[in-house]
Amino acid sequence: MKIANLFLIALKALRRNKLRALLTMLGIIIGVASVIAMVAIGQGSKKSIQDQLSSMGSNMITIRPNSNISAGARLDISSVQTLTLSDVDALKKESKHLNAISPAVSSKGQAINGALNWPTSMQGVSVDYLKIRDWPLKEGIAFRESDIHTANKVCLIGQTVVDNIFPYGVDPIGQVIRFNKIPFRIIGVLESKGENAFGQDQDDIIIAPYSTVQKRITNSIYLQNIYASTSDESQTQFATDEIEQILRTAHHLKVKDEDDFSVRTQAELINTFSSTSQLLTVLLTAISGISLLIGGIGIMNIMYVSVTERTKEIGLRMSIGANGRDILLQFLVEAILISITGGLIGIVLGIVASELIQFFLHWPTLISESSVILSFLVCAITGIFFGYYPALKASKLDPIEALHFE
Amino acid sequence: MGKKILEIQDLKREFTMGSETVRALKGISFDVMEGEFLTIMGSSGSGKTTLLNILGCLDKPSDGNYLLDGVNVKSLSKNELAALRNSKIGFIFQSYNLLARTSAIENVELPLLYNSKVSTKERRERAISALEAVKLADRLDHFPNQLSGGQQQRVAIARALVNDPVMILADEATGNLDTRTSYEIMALVQELNTQGKTIIFVTHEPDIAAFSNRTVMLRDGRIIKDFNNPNIKLAKQMLADFHVDEDYKYENS
Repeated sequence: MKIANLFLIALKALRRNKLRALLTMLGIIIGVASVIAMVAIGQGSKKSIQDQLSSMGSNMITIRPNSNISAGARLDISSVQTLTLSDVDALKKESKHLNAISPAVSSKGQAINGALNWPTSMQGVSVDYLKIRDWPLKEGIAFRESDIHTANKVCLIGQTVVDNIFPYGVDPIGQVIRFNKIPFRIIGVLESKGENAFGQDQDDIIIAPYSTVQKRITNSIYLQNIYASTSDESQTQFATDEIEQILRTAHHLKVKDEDDFSVRTQAELINTFSSTSQLLTVLLTAISGISLLIGGIGIMNIMYVSVTERTKEIGLRMSIGANGRDILLQFLVEAILISITGGLIGIVLGIVASELIQFFLHWPTLISESSVILSFLVCAITGIFFGYYPALKASKLDPIEALHFE
Repeated sequence: MGKKILEIQDLKREFTMGSETVRALKGISFDVMEGEFLTIMGSSGSGKTTLLNILGCLDKPSDGNYLLDGVNVKSLSKNELAALRNSKIGFIFQSYNLLARTSAIENVELPLLYNSKVSTKERRERAISALEAVKLADRLDHFPNQLSGGQQQRVAIARALVNDPVMILADEATGNLDTRTSYEIMALVQELNTQGKTIIFVTHEPDIAAFSNRTVMLRDGRIIKDFNNPNIKLAKQMLADFHVDEDYKYENS
């Protein structure tokens, strides 16, 4: 039999039972729509976490002192002091992959402007820091190499600090504030970055030359962190290995010694968080997948009823020349047409639902092509799988008995 | 008369019902020539339904030969039987068996959908000419529920004709119709026969047999009579003479 005729027969049969076909489709429609919407929600939240982490600088590499064993006892990270400016110099001199390096020393304290004060923290860094963090200035200028050499008492302040110690409408540029009793002149205001992925306010900060912070505030030669970045995200892995080599040499570590520092890339952090939202996606998809399965069982159920109800029709078709294969294919094509049409409607509904969720609930959603293609394929397979047995039953009918079925 | 359309030689059919074997046909032989109008008569249990199923290639004999248009049915597979039904036999049933919610022309086109040699255009043309032959050219797009019983049976006859079969096989085709409509249908069947169609009509009504030119009578799985009808009635004539009741208004179509 010609394929065109096969589709014509199946289409005509479906047209005779529009309402039933539509109701059967409903299961598939709901299943597919929910798969697409759920995956969109999962992917959307994953994407928004990734974007937030990337906003911290996606090529950023953080080097921290690591807990080390001293006389058999493991020391707490906060008390470990292994990184110094000489490490920064070693990295600057020997690294091939890093394009920016900044030491970081920080201190908590009270920022005071006249009668207003605000508890915040000061980060002492080099000129490279803003580049590493991909952090532009809202106004003013950044400090220069010369400010670091002279340990100049200048600073850049975050938006939260501005909001808390400057009355509305006062331009902070050029003003002098005090941090832990040391006066700093404000030369720039940082662009607002909002909260980071951990919920910390990134704008609650004062940035100053590291030399100033070390001399005037912390009084320590040790660094809390070293920040670095590569020109390209793909190089961060090489850079990590390189940093480990350079620092092990600089710290005179023997082969059996553990690293007394740790190197973290932003990419690792992104992966950690992504895997959490990946789990969410899988969970939501699994639940939606079950509804798709139920939709498939619905098709099977209706096709079985349909075969019984149309026994006489099958008998007639056989008596006028349809063979078993023709009947099998007719019912199979009917099931596939139902599931594919339902799938297409479901895809459209799913996309619309995702957009509505984003619009009204402000949840980030991301419709992934793979979820659309996958759910469509699942539909087609569902149609074949659940349509096959009823179709087989129809094709096995005896024409004489089928004709006389009442 | 020309060639033999049917050759039936010592045909037997047995059914196994549990431990019992029922012999529905106990050795039947007869030939049917092209252009004959044959009625097969018999009461229920005579084996006429079993014979009809075999003649219609829906069933195969347990023993004996059945040649339809020179093809021995015994050696054919299920699919080959289906193809044979499609090309050589036109069925007419007592209950019409039209597809519901499907227009007359689509019902008539149905057998051609299972014949891959027929194009869409040819299918439509042949369906229209078949409906013209049964005088329903003005009812192409009517659904079965918009047609009277007689009209539905005429659609079924058109469906039987559309594949240009070598024989038309009717199973109590007038059983659901009133006398007048029966005469109409028989007039149509006689007309088709005059045009050269071979017709086999299974019935238990002697009235109907009177329109045919030959009758085979079955009883208990055997032929008890096989005779040519010396006095063939003309259904057209009967129809003209039919007394119309006062309260029976017939829609003349």
